[in-house]
Amino acid sequence: MRSAILSAALAASLAATAVADVRAEPPRDLPQITTERLEQAMRASFGYDRLPPELKARLDQDEVQRLCTQYRNEPPADVAERIQKLSAESIVFPPDGKFLGDWKKGEQLSLNGYGLRMRDDPRRQVGGNCYACHQMAPQEVSYGTLGPSLLQYGKVRDFDPEAIRTAYIKIYNSNAALACSSMPRYGTQKILSIEDITHVLAFLFDRDSPVNKE
Amino acid sequence: MRLSLWALGAAASVFAALSSGLAQSDNPVDEYRRMLADPFANPGFLFVDEGERLWTERRGPKNASLEQCDLGLGPGVLDGAYAQLPRYFPDVDRVMDAESRIVHCMVTLQGFDEAEIRRRAFSTRDRRSDLEALVAFVAEKSSGHKLSLPLTHPKEKEAYALGEAVFYRRGSYFDFSCSTCHSQEGMRIRLQELANLRKNEDAIRAVTTWPTYRVSHETLRTMQHRMWDCFWQMRMPDLVHGSEVSIALITWLTKNAEGGELTVPAIKR
Repeated sequence: MRSAILSAALAASLAATAVADVRAEPPRDLPQITTERLEQAMRASFGYDRLPPELKARLDQDEVQRLCTQYRNEPPADVAERIQKLSAESIVFPPDGKFLGDWKKGEQLSLNGYGLRMRDDPRRQVGGNCYACHQMAPQEVSYGTLGPSLLQYGKVRDFDPEAIRTAYIKIYNSNAALACSSMPRYGTQKILSIEDITHVLAFLFDRDSPVNKE
Repeated sequence: MRLSLWALGAAASVFAALSSGLAQSDNPVDEYRRMLADPFANPGFLFVDEGERLWTERRGPKNASLEQCDLGLGPGVLDGAYAQLPRYFPDVDRVMDAESRIVHCMVTLQGFDEAEIRRRAFSTRDRRSDLEALVAFVAEKSSGHKLSLPLTHPKEKEAYALGEAVFYRRGSYFDFSCSTCHSQEGMRIRLQELANLRKNEDAIRAVTTWPTYRVSHETLRTMQHRMWDCFWQMRMPDLVHGSEVSIALITWLTKNAEGGELTVPAIKR
């Protein structure tokens, strides 16, 4: 029954075709909102002054966030280059050189969307929530479409070590590969640990992982 | 208490109807949506009734009703007022959305404490919110009206521009902005379809259905709650109820939905 509901929902959403982007007509004579004005409004609206340091940090933009906001995710070439360079410099590789962890733990991390929200229990494992945006194992039909499908991810890359390293970089800091990418910077932002990332990589690249099965 | 029992009963009948509907239909998702769209099975209307009582009864330290509240079309004018909010109010020299204006009236006319109203703005499992019911009542008086924001005053234009700037601002752990999920066609998070809120058609579908009865929350939720909820998912700190950013975003969204016909209270999962 549940799978019938899910597949019907899937079919319905796949059938929904893209419509022309009829932008709502913006009003005329709009004032410019400077970065300072935006940040002042944000701080006032989230009670910045009363927040503990950990929550203040969530409101303070780093340079990459600031630039991607400023250029609405379409930075000019020189800015894009700077973002990619900054991002690449932040990447820390597994100290033992082992990129592939336990694919079963990686699968759990991919399904898990818990963590880092207000009032979430800090003792519980924070998830990667990969399925929110990506198709992964073919058996899991509840997947999002904001990111590309990752079906057969390792297999189509012949389980190539260089491809594994590239995928590690994308997960650790996607902006090293594409400036102003929509994907969270899991390593740089300390959402997942290095070990967690190797588990997710194993889910993508282990020959036994369901991602690489039919 | 009487209300919560009513709501419980109504919710139970929705679920009974849902399960029998599921058994009968070839397409359970369509059937689920059809059941959700049935106004007679919508517990949101219980909040409208409760809101009417709260609006007309003499309450608060000043023992006054809200019947003289000015929602932008003059004191006591309710019909169509919600469909023209947020707007600029000269008496406070700022832009207010419906919820902020109702809070303003509860403070000025009835003498309630603003901080206390905001603290209880969203109901929880053990505490009802007067404000949610009042918003349901006021909004329902605009059901069938087309969304139409004046947006002529410089502060209204500033609110719109600020709302757009906030929509694109990236931050917190996941680097999300509203636009990360809401600026493309036909996308999903898991199985949840996403609206492109820059587009008139999608914005209409979103904005004309708030306030709404949230089945999974077992209560009626308002647009202020929707904004707060999105920022919570984005791993941001709590958005302050009635804050400038909340009103700016609602202004931008509502203008994008210009011309859409309000159908509230709606009912959603």
